[in-house]
Amino acid sequence: MKLGFFTREASRALRRNAAPSFAALATVLLTMLVVGVFIPIVQATTGAANDVRKRVLVDVYLVRDATQSDITRVRQQLLDTANVKRVEFVSKQDAYQQQRKKDPEAFALLGSNPLPDTFRVTPENPDDVLKIAAALAPEAAGGGHTPIDSSIDEVRTRRDDTSKILQVTRFVKLMAGTLALLLIAASIFLIANTIRLSLFARRREVEVMKLVGATDWFIRWPFVIEGIIVGALGTLLAILLLAVGKVAIIDPLASDFALISAPETMPFTVLIAVMLAAGIAISAIGSAVSLRRFLRV
Amino acid sequence: MPVKTGTRTSRRAAAEHAPVVAAAAVPHRATSVGAAVIEFRGVEKRYDVGAVGLDQATFSIGRGEWAFLVGSTGSGKSTIMRLLIKELEPTAGTIHVAGRDLAEITRKRVPYYRRNIGVVFQDFKLLPNRTVHDNVAYALQVTGGTRKEIRAKVPDILRLTGLSTKLHNYPDQLSGGEQQRVAIARAFVNHPPLLLADEPTGNLDPETSIGIMQLLYRINRAGTTVLIATHDNAMVDKMRRRVIELSQGRIVRDEATGSYVRDESTREFAVRMRDGLPESPPTVEQR
Repeated sequence: MKLGFFTREASRALRRNAAPSFAALATVLLTMLVVGVFIPIVQATTGAANDVRKRVLVDVYLVRDATQSDITRVRQQLLDTANVKRVEFVSKQDAYQQQRKKDPEAFALLGSNPLPDTFRVTPENPDDVLKIAAALAPEAAGGGHTPIDSSIDEVRTRRDDTSKILQVTRFVKLMAGTLALLLIAASIFLIANTIRLSLFARRREVEVMKLVGATDWFIRWPFVIEGIIVGALGTLLAILLLAVGKVAIIDPLASDFALISAPETMPFTVLIAVMLAAGIAISAIGSAVSLRRFLRV
Repeated sequence: MPVKTGTRTSRRAAAEHAPVVAAAAVPHRATSVGAAVIEFRGVEKRYDVGAVGLDQATFSIGRGEWAFLVGSTGSGKSTIMRLLIKELEPTAGTIHVAGRDLAEITRKRVPYYRRNIGVVFQDFKLLPNRTVHDNVAYALQVTGGTRKEIRAKVPDILRLTGLSTKLHNYPDQLSGGEQQRVAIARAFVNHPPLLLADEPTGNLDPETSIGIMQLLYRINRAGTTVLIATHDNAMVDKMRRRVIELSQGRIVRDEATGSYVRDESTREFAVRMRDGLPESPPTVEQR
């Protein structure tokens, strides 16, 4: 393949068709900018939603006079329950200390410790939380709940909160995913359409090339290289803008806002690599594919 | 109107009396394939919309011959041209070019086939983004021509076509006649054995047209077969060459007109062509 010749052809076309080339470049730049902003947002949102879901717990309160052996027995029972991931014991002293730190005046008034020993049960999957509660305290004939062990006083899931959290986070994750998919699809169509437009303006050129006896790939390579150049340039500019935005806006705020520094966002370098690869690939493949129509002469 | 095939009248006699349908299956015509550059046998082209492009066209054009295709718009001239460059496929019949059956050329091989044919169009079909030099060079680059080859051949052909001073101009900076000369230069730079011209003078004034015809004549004298589609009857009459007339897709006349002047220099040719042209000031002569 005569790479030098094709590259010269591509850069000649870019120079001589400055306006369409610029339009294609701007399209790539804008879509990549939006994608580059949106991917971290989607990730942060999903990360935050997952964080919230992790806080869904089952609280198991023991009776006031539970002995050490009761505690050990109940812990074993909890660990044996299906879907349980982790069991954390909070003694009444620990709980008292924690609560007193939050509201020292109220606890100073109280004098004694009213809090029971507690187990915090983390479910394998947040959606199972109600199942665990039901397993630990099956519904009794009278309508109430009878715990499986006599030393368990009450099993609480904060049912309303839990189901609300689960619903909302599920919805948020779904929305973020759908939006991301739509955005990627829209970007591909937008870039493909821009390429098609600029090719359409040059379809006569392609026709002439075919008449002189140029093979399909002889015509196609310059267009593909042109696509690569436009894609790379547009994406690089977008990355540059994103980097400026990250350094100037996001990084100073990150220390103040938990959402922005959500642990699960992609590292910036990976984001750059993904965007660059996508930008170049979409532009190059888009050029080659869009050209097919005009090559049928 | 009776069908005549010029020099091959006797061979066509059978087809003349029988209805056109029979013409497709005249076996003894195969004998002429050897010398013919173009050989149409019972070629038919129907377009999808039902229009007839070509109906039972049978003719052959020998090596080094010069032939006109005449007829009104829609008579099938362009269809023949497009069939010859394999832009279209015939609905029926066979086309041989230089002894090769076009039906056997696969889509992939079409570009390589086209490199053996020079094509010139009414609308020039130049690449607008390239200079005169680069337009002609492109035809060489397509065939994998080296820089050395391009440097050797392009100035030569541009000198032949009288474009040496316009090397670095873009097509839109040239007159119609000059653009057509570039197109001819591009078509001829590979020295193809066959040159097709579809209304090469359709957009040009009579004086410029003669210049173009003169150029084509020079190419023809170098041994290239030239087939020209035109509706410029005055021009055709003056040229006194073989004329194939089409009407609604059928060949209605195929003959060498009047006295056929074979060995005529390009200058004599030009003088004869200008004869009878409305008096034009001598300054019109270009280049």
